[in-house]
Amino acid sequence: MVTTTGLELLDVTLLSLYVSGMATILGSAVGIPLGALIGLKEFGGKGAIKTITYTLYGFPPVLSGLFVYFLFSRSGPFGDFGILFTPTAMIIAETFLVIPLVTGITITSVVEVDKNIKETVRAMGASSRQSTLTVMREAWVGLLMACMVGFGRVIAEVGAAYLVGGNIDGKTRVLTTAIMLETRMGNFEWAMALGAVLLAVALCVFLFLRLLQEREML
Amino acid sequence: MKPTIELREVTRRYGDVVAVRKVSLSAFPGQVLGIVGPSGAGKSTLLRLVDLLESPDEGKLLMEGEPVRVDSPKATEFRRRIGMVLQRPVALNRSVRNNLAYALRIRGIEEEEVFRRVDAELKRLGLADRSMKNAKTLSGGEMQRLCFARATVFDPDILLLDEFAANLDPSNVALLENQLKTFVSSGGNRTVVIVTHNLFQARRLCDAVALMWDGSVVEYADKKKFFENPDDSRTAEFVKGEIVY
Repeated sequence: MVTTTGLELLDVTLLSLYVSGMATILGSAVGIPLGALIGLKEFGGKGAIKTITYTLYGFPPVLSGLFVYFLFSRSGPFGDFGILFTPTAMIIAETFLVIPLVTGITITSVVEVDKNIKETVRAMGASSRQSTLTVMREAWVGLLMACMVGFGRVIAEVGAAYLVGGNIDGKTRVLTTAIMLETRMGNFEWAMALGAVLLAVALCVFLFLRLLQEREML
Repeated sequence: MKPTIELREVTRRYGDVVAVRKVSLSAFPGQVLGIVGPSGAGKSTLLRLVDLLESPDEGKLLMEGEPVRVDSPKATEFRRRIGMVLQRPVALNRSVRNNLAYALRIRGIEEEEVFRRVDAELKRLGLADRSMKNAKTLSGGEMQRLCFARATVFDPDILLLDEFAANLDPSNVALLENQLKTFVSSGGNRTVVIVTHNLFQARRLCDAVALMWDGSVVEYADKKKFFENPDDSRTAEFVKGEIVY
């Protein structure tokens, strides 16, 4: 058995949270403004961009991993950074998975904000930037949902984490890659137990985000 | 006297439908102008054109003699001098107090001053006890009071009201009309344009009245002439209530 001790389990769990959390934050930092821009501004090719964004919901994690692997492998364009098989590479690969999801859900959320609200804000004299920020705030529940879906995708994915992280014990092993390893070694009980930990972690994060979502805005 | 707002031959179409047809109309400083007419006559569209929410397909809009286009950098600057209550009152998803504060904050007014004005306004409109509640929880009457307060809290030069007291009980109507009278009489030569179905309200509040009919202004006169001796036969029938709409 590989991840048998409590301390190791804690390390693996914390790394999972760190990698998934950072990927969600970075992906949301790109996806939310991008989605608001696409959703609220009128420009040529908007329909095509939306279709591409929604298509990328199904972007295979292993492809994202492959792309980052290519970029940061020793012979790749950014090989000198030496970040392959580190949590940083895992975060980058997973950020690419979060961006389309957050962007797409943000587009839908801001578009769905009552058109009377948008008009009221303009009628009150808000500048274009102020209007966009206000509409984003009105779409708060949807934007938080975007982050939750993004986090849900990366906390559960294994392909990218394995490919660019390498599942190195004590360095890049996360819950999903540990489950895979334990299963391969025939330690099904441990694999199941790790799965339960993964679900418990997700439960805690989603509970926190849901409480934020339901908070009354004042 | 130079008009605050001037529409010159303004036309606005939605596809094949002409909502506003070659309308020329002026509103002057210190004037309360009423726009009346049957449903679908183009009253609300006209008000939206004045608030630069829509572009005319033809014609010009002038503010204090200066032509303004909706997409010009000056449009936001002008819009900031206008308070508007839209036909469907809506609140932002935040407290009553912050809904009002929003109108001041986007104008760059300092926080201390923001809340001084907000609290005074809430007191005037009888909403002080609701100030920390989320505005979405307000009743219909309270919501319309909030929207009126939000349009006037920054002392606009121009106030545009689209059915601002529709569907309210008499006490709420009286409260809002009194607030409007106070706003008008408090100086500053402000211009007010009211769109209303209610001829009694137009008679109570306005100095001049325009009748819109199928997208056109068919009568524009001071209140006395409009109600007692109009030029257009449609105005006479409308005022008498002979046209059912």
